[in-house]
Amino acid sequence: MLQTLSTASHLPANRNDTRGDRSVKARLTLVGLAGLLAVTSFLSLATGASDASLLAVIQSWIAPLTGGQIELSIRDSIIIHDIRLPRMVLGILVGASLAVCGATMQGLFRNPLADPGIVGVSSGAALGAVTMIVLGSSTLAPIAAFLGVFALPLTAFAGALITTLVLYRVSTQNGKTSVATMLLAGIALGALALALTGILIFMADDQQLRDLTFWNMGSLAGATWVKILAAAPIIIVVLLTVPFLAGGLNAMTLGEATARHIGIPVQGLKACSILVVAAATGASVAVSGGIGFVGIVVPHLLRLLIGPDHRYLLPASALLGASLLLVADAIARTIVAPAELPIGIITALVGAPFFLWILLSRRGFLDL
Amino acid sequence: MITQTLARGVNTLVRATAVAAILFGFSFTAGAVAADGGIVAIGGSITEIVYALGEEDQLIARDTTSLFPPEALNLPDVGYIRALSPEGVLSVNPKMMLTLEGAGPPEALDVLQKSGLTIITVPENYNRSGIVEKIRIVGKALGVEEKADLLARQVEADLEAVQKDDVSHTHSKRVLFVLSLQGGKVMAAGTGTSAAGIIEMAGGENAISGVAGYKQISDEAVINAAPDVILLIDRNSNHSTDDDSVLTHAALGSTPAAKAGKVVRMNSLYLLGFGPRTAEAVRELSNAISGKAH
Repeated sequence: MLQTLSTASHLPANRNDTRGDRSVKARLTLVGLAGLLAVTSFLSLATGASDASLLAVIQSWIAPLTGGQIELSIRDSIIIHDIRLPRMVLGILVGASLAVCGATMQGLFRNPLADPGIVGVSSGAALGAVTMIVLGSSTLAPIAAFLGVFALPLTAFAGALITTLVLYRVSTQNGKTSVATMLLAGIALGALALALTGILIFMADDQQLRDLTFWNMGSLAGATWVKILAAAPIIIVVLLTVPFLAGGLNAMTLGEATARHIGIPVQGLKACSILVVAAATGASVAVSGGIGFVGIVVPHLLRLLIGPDHRYLLPASALLGASLLLVADAIARTIVAPAELPIGIITALVGAPFFLWILLSRRGFLDL
Repeated sequence: MITQTLARGVNTLVRATAVAAILFGFSFTAGAVAADGGIVAIGGSITEIVYALGEEDQLIARDTTSLFPPEALNLPDVGYIRALSPEGVLSVNPKMMLTLEGAGPPEALDVLQKSGLTIITVPENYNRSGIVEKIRIVGKALGVEEKADLLARQVEADLEAVQKDDVSHTHSKRVLFVLSLQGGKVMAAGTGTSAAGIIEMAGGENAISGVAGYKQISDEAVINAAPDVILLIDRNSNHSTDDDSVLTHAALGSTPAAKAGKVVRMNSLYLLGFGPRTAEAVRELSNAISGKAH
């Protein structure tokens, strides 16, 4: 106690000193990011390969409120309601989920590299999805028929969950989870999942192979309301749960022992974080394929801006991740119109150099 | 009144966003807007058949695999056959989409169907009657059944003649189709593939019979297959170095084909498209297999 006091003695005596407090800036940033998401959502509805008129569609939404009726062309209606709107919703869900999962993992592991991809959770989800793509028409046909459109998201979720449970089991002894063991075990599990995926790829026929290639690059192009129905409940529950983890994750940055001493139920926090990350990753990977880099870039960018406080970092990551994915998707579907690029290419192509630029210009400032 | 005010507000918002979109560097309507009611052809052989029927005026767009005839490249490309973008297809205002079997993804086809677009799926069979059937279905869809009937008969007769004249020399020649040789690993055509189909039509025997589909096979399996001819896809005009990599390959180099220098290259769509040019491709392939000059 004395020691603590003496090391703290060089700190300013004034308790109301607010230097280093970035909460005002963080709140303003949150408002700004919400505004940005509104703009990018609108943009996502307004851009596309076709000249469908968003204005006409919005008028048709408003008209019934005042008793009017506007006839829409079927084509415009389909393009806005069945193509662009589900893409927008899916983009928001997946973008938010990827960024929040990244931020949570980085906080939990106190490691700036942590990402669902690193601890094998994404590979597990991919294994589940690939299993369904390759075996869905033969061995697993009864299951595929029973689950229908939910087959792919559910198998991906199962893959993520099984990987996570094994990971957790391996790295937990006597009720304590070793973060270092978990990282290493995650890398091993990822390799195992990748090898099993390799076996399935070998079994795949020509057509399935081409499906897998495109699936691996990620895309929001296949967005349908049914897919959203399958993924949205999982992702929304996760996004609502994560804010409750913020305090615990903040305490974890001081180290696990300290966090336990100040009354954080560390074991519960770890279990809960891992579970939500697995759930959201599984759901996102299943509906959009492999979209990289969002989970790393977004949280780091925000830490530079508003600091490491998870109370602000987690919601800000969700908002920025969603916006980023919407902009990437808008580029993906217009840049080579009427064809389109897989979105994973855009996020990595834009995200990687941008991230490198940040590293170069703020060298030494990147930390948790 | 309220509607008008709201509409005006929305209008302003749309304009503001338009400016924002331009600032972001992409435009609202990137697709080419063509006259209403044309046809989108999905699949290399489908596009070829439309051109062979002289009905290219009806075409307004194509997919990435439609590379022949060269004029087709001027049409807007709506994406790869297996990864079509529904909005991309709708942006060219088509009335009908003619697709080869296997187009997708299913979600895209569902949305397109829902929008009122007529989708005609043409089955793919790697044999003579498969080609004839394709031509007839495309002709019917385009409303030129008589022309299609003529073309179908002509193609059928050509194929028959080729198989009678040339194919007799090629019996029992074993042909190994190598799709790729990446990292020295041989990806070969097994049973049920388009390559197996064309080899059979040319009177050859597919050297790989134990596996289905395009599979990576071991060096020992290559040696066991003992091909008399190695068939490759011609990816670019300058392929002399690739020939070297085949002839110096540990397994391929020791096959009878490599020892006799029988490495044949053909354009992929020409060889594997199963369209109007297939008779010609079969003749070229069977001549190459039997070693006859052409």
